[in-house]
Amino acid sequence: MTITAPLRVGSLARVNPVAKLAAVFIVSVTLLLTIDWVSAVVALGLECAALAFTGLPLRAVVLRTTPLLIAAPLAGLTTVLYGQSSGQTYWAWWAVEVSDGSISLGIATALRILAVGIPAIVLFITIDPTDLADGLAQIVHLPARFVMGGLAALRLVGLFVDDWRALELARRARGVADTGRLRRILGQSFALLVLSIRRGSKLATAMEARGFGAKTRRTWARPSVFGARDWAVIAIGCAVAASAVVVSVVTGSWNFVVGG
Amino acid sequence: MHGTTPASVTLTSWGWRHAGRREPAVRDLDVTIEPGERILLLGASGSGKSTLLSALAGVLGGAEEGEEFGRVLVDGRNPAQQRGRSGLLMQDPDAQVVLARVGDDVAFGCENLGVERDEIWRRVRESLEAVGLDRPLDFPTAQLSGGQKQRLALAGVIAMQPGLVLLDEPTANLDPAGVIEVRDAVASVADQTGATLVVVEHRVEVWRSLVDRVIVLGNGGGILADGTPDEILRAEATRLSAAGVWVRGVHAEPCAPEASDDQDVPPELLLSAADLSIGRPRSPVIAAGLSMEIAAGRTTVITGPNGAGKSTMALTVGGLIPVRGGVLAATPALAAGAADSPIRWHSRELLGRIGSVFQSPEHQFIAPTVRDELAAGPRALNEPADAIDRRVDELLARLRLDALAAANPFTLSGGQKRRLSVGTALATRPKLLVFDEPTFGQDAVTWRELIALFCELRAEGHAIVAVTHDREFARATGAVEWRMPVQHELVDAAGDLS
Repeated sequence: MTITAPLRVGSLARVNPVAKLAAVFIVSVTLLLTIDWVSAVVALGLECAALAFTGLPLRAVVLRTTPLLIAAPLAGLTTVLYGQSSGQTYWAWWAVEVSDGSISLGIATALRILAVGIPAIVLFITIDPTDLADGLAQIVHLPARFVMGGLAALRLVGLFVDDWRALELARRARGVADTGRLRRILGQSFALLVLSIRRGSKLATAMEARGFGAKTRRTWARPSVFGARDWAVIAIGCAVAASAVVVSVVTGSWNFVVGG
Repeated sequence: MHGTTPASVTLTSWGWRHAGRREPAVRDLDVTIEPGERILLLGASGSGKSTLLSALAGVLGGAEEGEEFGRVLVDGRNPAQQRGRSGLLMQDPDAQVVLARVGDDVAFGCENLGVERDEIWRRVRESLEAVGLDRPLDFPTAQLSGGQKQRLALAGVIAMQPGLVLLDEPTANLDPAGVIEVRDAVASVADQTGATLVVVEHRVEVWRSLVDRVIVLGNGGGILADGTPDEILRAEATRLSAAGVWVRGVHAEPCAPEASDDQDVPPELLLSAADLSIGRPRSPVIAAGLSMEIAAGRTTVITGPNGAGKSTMALTVGGLIPVRGGVLAATPALAAGAADSPIRWHSRELLGRIGSVFQSPEHQFIAPTVRDELAAGPRALNEPADAIDRRVDELLARLRLDALAAANPFTLSGGQKRRLSVGTALATRPKLLVFDEPTFGQDAVTWRELIALFCELRAEGHAIVAVTHDREFARATGAVEWRMPVQHELVDAAGDLS
């Protein structure tokens, strides 16, 4: 169940998931408006500073952001090799052209991926799905049927993993595991789909038997509160976004994506 | 527990036909249940017990799900219109956990019924105490055992303070310890709440002391018998046993003694394990230092507590997962030209050598019809078409599945699925058959059929290895017991994998 296990340490664990979602949304949308490296550096710097105050173990953060730490430089390198050229050209070979323009674009790309990705991952790994559902239903007022249904379905994900392993072994036992890998995976996926639908409909009946979907107005056992701490997280998100924009515009490097 | 007023039930010529079926699942029921009565509902599989419970719980669905005859009333009103008046506990422990934490899961029903927050948490604590589930409120539900999950679901049901508690084979998927655990929890709940109770179960002896009335549904509809447990069980023992109900004193005939017992020839050795360490892939080693010898015409049962690694041992012996240490070697008699270590065989090489039957038959189904399911193995071996047809016809008859040859395996009943999964393993005549809990959740009729089948297989010279908690099964099949050693330091590290 590691995919659904949240990191429940540090001060972020007590922040309402809705506030975290909002903060991530504000920072990402702002940073996606421009492709300069100044705004990305400012945002990334401020984010790392903020991260230091969350009390999250560094090891866990690095571990969970590993895919991003690998992907960002690779994306940057690709942009350096193939990105739009301008200024002096240093090296050219077939479609590859390394120039002043493509180098700065590459650095900007790598930094931007980190600046958008790191806060998103850090805030998400500290979200407990149950708390998120409570927040979405009580604060954002999404329909309870939709939110609780999604939450219950999430619990089945762990069972899918077990089912998949059992299906794999069962196919070997039945003598049909030697055929092409693709065909086997397709057949097995279909079997998993059938099993999931059966599990899902049983769970739906169990939920219905516990009064889910009744006409009565639902109450919430766990209050989802939105307090000063949560507003502060949103404010930090706004501050990071604003600082990045201001510094970038003042230094003249702001580069609006649309129409730029 | 305060706040519970027991409910009454009235059925008037009630029946239900599922959409797409020609015959009603249940019909012509006329029953009155007084508030506070405790009923054990019996009947052959297919007599509509679960359908009746769903109707009482108000979750049978509307006109698109099927057609209703007559009337079913709880407290004089339609059960679908009064959610929370009845609470339903179902068979599958994994299908009933809704939320990730123990407290939240129990609170779920109360939330849906609009109970105030303080009252919800008061009821959550009270309900967990009533079912004896002593775990913190934020304990992860995924880490509970099967019996604990059922008690959790029961706590969720009684937290809604239903006047009618409905239990649909609540212990069918549990080991013997889990069965007692859940039965005791139900007893404590019934005493504390005074709610009307309706239990569907095959295991009469387990529930007998708890109920004060037994109702037996007839196979073609209507009520077969209705009275006190003593009356019914005395007068109807033979008929109930024939209908699949477990009744004390009705046992299977044990297998005839092994042919090889009378002779001086030692049985032919097929597979031997020496100093074996086992564990699931990507999981810690769960048991070590194991030795076992498997010979033709012998039945071995693997026993031991939950979490000791019995199922892992079955998978390892079945050549499905690699050994983690030591040696598992097939003798030339079993390998017949293949490598001496079963895990190195191709999937197709397992056919005819080792057949494995899992605890959950559904994982093993790969074909759209029962006939194709049985033919899949022989086809993978490229046997001639007419030989396959003969083999499949023979198996269909032997397993009493001939009328269902064209049915989809997933639509079969529990007992039929079990027989089919055994049949798929038999189709290629493997020398060694490995079973994981073959008798779990089966009614008495299927159980007797399985025993007879195991006896035949042994007489034909198959070696059988079966993981089981079922002592009576081990006795009736004349099996040799092989006990899984308890390994404290390893078990602790491995959690509750079994």
